[in-house]
Amino acid sequence: MAKDFGIGASSKRREDKRFLTGTGRYTDDMNKPGQAYVHFLRSDMASGRINGIDIAAAEAAPGVIKVFTSRDFEAVGGVPCGWQVTDRHGEPMKEPKHPVLAEGFVRHVGDPIAAVVAETRAQARDAAELIEVDLEELPAVVNLRAAVSGGTAVHPEAPDNLCYDWDFPAESKDAVDEAIRNAHHVTVLELVNNRLVANPMEPRAAIGEYDAADDQHTLWTTSQNPHVIRLLMGAFVLGIPEHKLRVVAPDVGGGFGSKIYHYAEEAFVTLAAKVLNRPVKWTSDRGEAFMSDAHGRDHVCKVELAMDAEGHFLALRSTTLANMGAYLSTFAPCIPTWLHGTLLAGNYKTPLIFTNVRAVFTNTVPVDAYRGAGRPEATYLIERTVDKAAREMGIDPAELRRRNFITQFPYQTPVAVEYDSGDYNATLDKVLEGSDRAGFEARKAESASRGKLRGYGLAHYIEACGIAPSSLVGALGARAGLYEAATVRVNPTGSISVFTGSHSHGQGHETTFAQVVADMLGVPEDSIDIVHGDTNRVPFGMGTYGSRSLAVGGSAIVKSVDKIVAKAKKIAAHLLEAAESDITFENGQFSVQGTDKSLAWGEVCLAAYVPHKYPIETLEPGLEETSFYDPANFTYPSGAYACEVEVDPETGKVEVLSFTAADDFGNVVNPMIVEGQVHGGLAQGLGQALMEGCVYDENGQLITASFMDYAMPLAKDLPSFTVDNSACTPCTHNPLGVKGCGEAGAIGSPPALVNAVLDALSDYGIAHIDMPLTPSKVWAAIDAARPAAAAE
Amino acid sequence: MPGIKLTVNGKTVEKTVEGRTLLVQLLREELGLTGTHVGCDTSQCGACLVHVNGESVKSCTMLAAAAEGAEITTIEGVSSRDGTLNVVQAAFQEHHGLQCGFCTPGMVMSITDLLRVNASPSETEVREWLEGNICRCTGYHNIVKAALSAAETLRGAQPVAAE
Ligand code: FES
Ligand code: FES
Repeated sequence: MAKDFGIGASSKRREDKRFLTGTGRYTDDMNKPGQAYVHFLRSDMASGRINGIDIAAAEAAPGVIKVFTSRDFEAVGGVPCGWQVTDRHGEPMKEPKHPVLAEGFVRHVGDPIAAVVAETRAQARDAAELIEVDLEELPAVVNLRAAVSGGTAVHPEAPDNLCYDWDFPAESKDAVDEAIRNAHHVTVLELVNNRLVANPMEPRAAIGEYDAADDQHTLWTTSQNPHVIRLLMGAFVLGIPEHKLRVVAPDVGGGFGSKIYHYAEEAFVTLAAKVLNRPVKWTSDRGEAFMSDAHGRDHVCKVELAMDAEGHFLALRSTTLANMGAYLSTFAPCIPTWLHGTLLAGNYKTPLIFTNVRAVFTNTVPVDAYRGAGRPEATYLIERTVDKAAREMGIDPAELRRRNFITQFPYQTPVAVEYDSGDYNATLDKVLEGSDRAGFEARKAESASRGKLRGYGLAHYIEACGIAPSSLVGALGARAGLYEAATVRVNPTGSISVFTGSHSHGQGHETTFAQVVADMLGVPEDSIDIVHGDTNRVPFGMGTYGSRSLAVGGSAIVKSVDKIVAKAKKIAAHLLEAAESDITFENGQFSVQGTDKSLAWGEVCLAAYVPHKYPIETLEPGLEETSFYDPANFTYPSGAYACEVEVDPETGKVEVLSFTAADDFGNVVNPMIVEGQVHGGLAQGLGQALMEGCVYDENGQLITASFMDYAMPLAKDLPSFTVDNSACTPCTHNPLGVKGCGEAGAIGSPPALVNAVLDALSDYGIAHIDMPLTPSKVWAAIDAARPAAAAE
Repeated sequence: MPGIKLTVNGKTVEKTVEGRTLLVQLLREELGLTGTHVGCDTSQCGACLVHVNGESVKSCTMLAAAAEGAEITTIEGVSSRDGTLNVVQAAFQEHHGLQCGFCTPGMVMSITDLLRVNASPSETEVREWLEGNICRCTGYHNIVKAALSAAETLRGAQPVAAE
């Protein structure tokens, strides 16, 4: 029977009520007394030299308080990058300065040139039109391959546009080359992982406040990790020490990675609030979001998979060009390297793996993590290649996968990481059954009778989540630790406040974390409050990304609750006049083993704060504990996905008929929330595969700068999903045995869909179509293949 | 600047607005009704959806001045006075039809309007109806489920149990 509270229960979300009644508090919902508004004048050129800026007319316009340019930011630093990659020659990556406002040059459409602060939003916007910028257009670098072929440079310090050229593992190169040379068969695939825009429905916003009386800065911002912003902006950009800077991320309307990073606008409002001595607010509109939020993916790859005659994988080699955009966003350098190269074993025991990744500057918006971050790119190249290999070898795709699955755990991959647990055959079995693979041929025949092409596609995925052991990421170039912090405060009457460094922007932490604590303490969920998102209330935190909140943030909470219980047992032992070792704690009761003596949770809590009868010589009063949890390893969620599609050969339109997911997330705290996370991930992955694509023209103009041009998946584009997470192998190294579920859907679904479409088109001999599989692309591929198919 | 008089969530409101002020700006910035959201600038996302004289309207596409004399209902005006969720809101909570909550007010207002014009929509009809509402979090799966369940409740049938 399903549990009705605590771990394993589908508790209804406590955060829902405020969102359903319109009483959520998002950044743009807030207005501060005396607030002014900023509007950024952004470059409409991809590359240009600023020969002059005339702000006189704008400054004289009604309501304008001040017009800022880079001159006002001479004393501050650039927007920093949080991860340094060392290239194959042992050199640090190229790290050109990313100024808050453009200094002398603009490098992408949307690069902010000037900022107008005015009494109203409309006045700021109107005045920005009066700024005269003498902007001399320069040639732009847009295409990845062209960028590395010489010619124009985005930054003088990277004349070949390379941020780094990275080999991994460097020592495997020769062995991989040789295995590929000598193999029975090598499947080769060139593919593009299309550029995406995260597009959380809430556009970014920020409010800066300054209190001169005690020199206190406050930044309200749409962030997934307020403490990280405090660190990056305080220490590297503005030089404000932590104790003088409060960063609050209140309700945040989705992030998907795009709200991890420290953005120039945050630094701007924080500084401007001090300069003007009044609050300054910025709210992005959607068009601005398209040209200023970090984008995702954008890889061009070549993959080679070497096999023996039975289809056993012998070696995998990939070469990738990864777009960084015009400047390095916070985590950008680690996405195509440490979050991508380390996942290239996938679910398979390929003994030899080598990858070369070149990260490339272009005159486009910075590219960084987007839901999955490196792992979708790795999964896509592996799973597309495996499917193509199956076809070339004449082996059933499921069978080829089984033949190569890793089945023994822990498993040390040849790409640095060690998987702790998993059962890939189990998820495959579940997905084959759940998707009725056995009945597919009959369904295909039925579609054919209507002139439609039906296809079935499989994909497996593995991800490295719960980011991450600090010593490991430190060795790999991270400039921060990636632990998480939590304080559990038990109040005198037994209610509990939990302060977590994880941030919730749709994930439902207020519910899930309360379930964990309720389960451990045997107290009602509604006696527990979860506090997050405010650096003045939460002691420290690294935030939410990489499916880490429960695995890392939850583990920190567990650690604190363990300490609370240990201390409470000491108090109970004193009150009950028993030995501490005889005290048991179960269902909120402290008991003396083998007797009927017991104390309720609330009695012990009260004693902690009213220490009249209390071991005061040996124990401090109070019941509050803080813990930092640094994970021992990544977690490795995995799963199998099946997609069934119908293609109309007359129009090229792809219809997703069904999508079946079998995931292994380890233990699950709230199945309802976990399923919801999978649904959302699937929609984003299917969006990538079917319709989404961020397009620049050859001059670096952003063609897809609104929802009119950038196709967001709608309800009618997607099916209902079949989701199962019963094939569970708990994580072996965190206290809850959890692995993380936020990104899985976006990682595994693109190859499943593309494999399904190519299966539908198998009679045409079409080997590959790059995402998104829009009707025009699919139709063009069919059309190009028709003569061949007809001639057979 | 034109003066306008309208009814918002049952209360009479009189305001002077700039000609270019949008209804959504009036609601959010003048009246403090921040449950109505702005998610785009091309009238596609539906985060701003409210009811004008009982029908769904994207409040980012309507000038405040054009709402003269209208009866507006926003998300703040749909639950009962004691804060109890109405049938559609309750179905969203029961079926986990929301995550970050940003699209949610628009979704609730839109589904409410759907069920007014079609008491027994099919799954396909719900999905088609929602073509003016974008959700980036839920994949729509549970929004559709919530809509179908709310329809059933409103028809007086037993609500669909959550899985
Ligand atoms: S804000 Fe009105 S449709 Fe997007
Ligand atoms: S719940 Fe986040 S956009 Fe719909």
